[in-house]
Amino acid sequence: MDAGSIVATPPGKRNPGRSLHRFANPGRFLRLSGAVLPWLAIAGVVVTATGLVWGLFFSPSDWQQGDAVRIMYIHVPAAWLASAGYLALAACSFVSLVWRHPLADLAAAEIGPVGAGFTALCLGTGSLWGKPMWGAWWVWDARLTSVLVLFFLYLGHVALVRAFDNPERGYRSGAILALIGVVNLPIIKFSVDWWNTLHQPDSITLTGAPTMFIGMLLPLFVSAIGYTLLFAAIVVARTRAAVMERRIRALLMMRAEEVSA
Amino acid sequence: MTHLPFIVASYALGVLIPGTFMVAAFLRMGTAKRRLAALDPRRSR
Repeated sequence: MDAGSIVATPPGKRNPGRSLHRFANPGRFLRLSGAVLPWLAIAGVVVTATGLVWGLFFSPSDWQQGDAVRIMYIHVPAAWLASAGYLALAACSFVSLVWRHPLADLAAAEIGPVGAGFTALCLGTGSLWGKPMWGAWWVWDARLTSVLVLFFLYLGHVALVRAFDNPERGYRSGAILALIGVVNLPIIKFSVDWWNTLHQPDSITLTGAPTMFIGMLLPLFVSAIGYTLLFAAIVVARTRAAVMERRIRALLMMRAEEVSA
Repeated sequence: MTHLPFIVASYALGVLIPGTFMVAAFLRMGTAKRRLAALDPRRSR
């Protein structure tokens, strides 16, 4: 088999990998994200504020937990985003390892700190909810411990990506860590089913009807959508900044080479 | 409202953490945009 037969795409057939590369071109990303980002950020702020005000002032209190249940409108979206953010980080890492795409490297490096922040928010609000309900700020429960492991995975990724003089080696190492860490996601999800935990089981599942009153469910969804939009806006803004910083470094190096020559 | 300090602290965290990330990201983006414009006005657009 000659080299031509390996790389050539048959006439009339599209190459999905190539389409993906074209779409994820840094220049095209800057143009697209520049148009989308302001709307994403405004929508994120407005929808999150709506969800939080609704949850804080207009949703009912729980018959058992009282008003402490209002912490849910922050804690649950933060928990969802901690896991979803890691999944996005792993997806970028996969693209980075398979296709060696520089935009995936930059996106993974920028998702890490944001995911760590949202995981810290989940742990912090969980602690603030646990103290009045369980009488303890922290217990070594399977759900809490697995989310703490997720937090350390994020921190490990952030540190590893920035630990090498050669950024490419940092991105490769971070991508491998991110893909290994994916094993923690099903552990987080099913920890409340597999082990006897103090943490309550999921109230919302993909297969069954939610076990939550609709007056609480709606503000929770609004808050979750708002925080998701905010998360996306932050990651897009950080990735845009990273692309521009990479261009600045390249231009400065080019000028330095011109001066030295 | 019961457990008010815990609720206030949670909402403060819920606003401050994403808010700080958002402001920091936009400031960083603005700085990068200005530096790029100063270095190469054609490519910064």
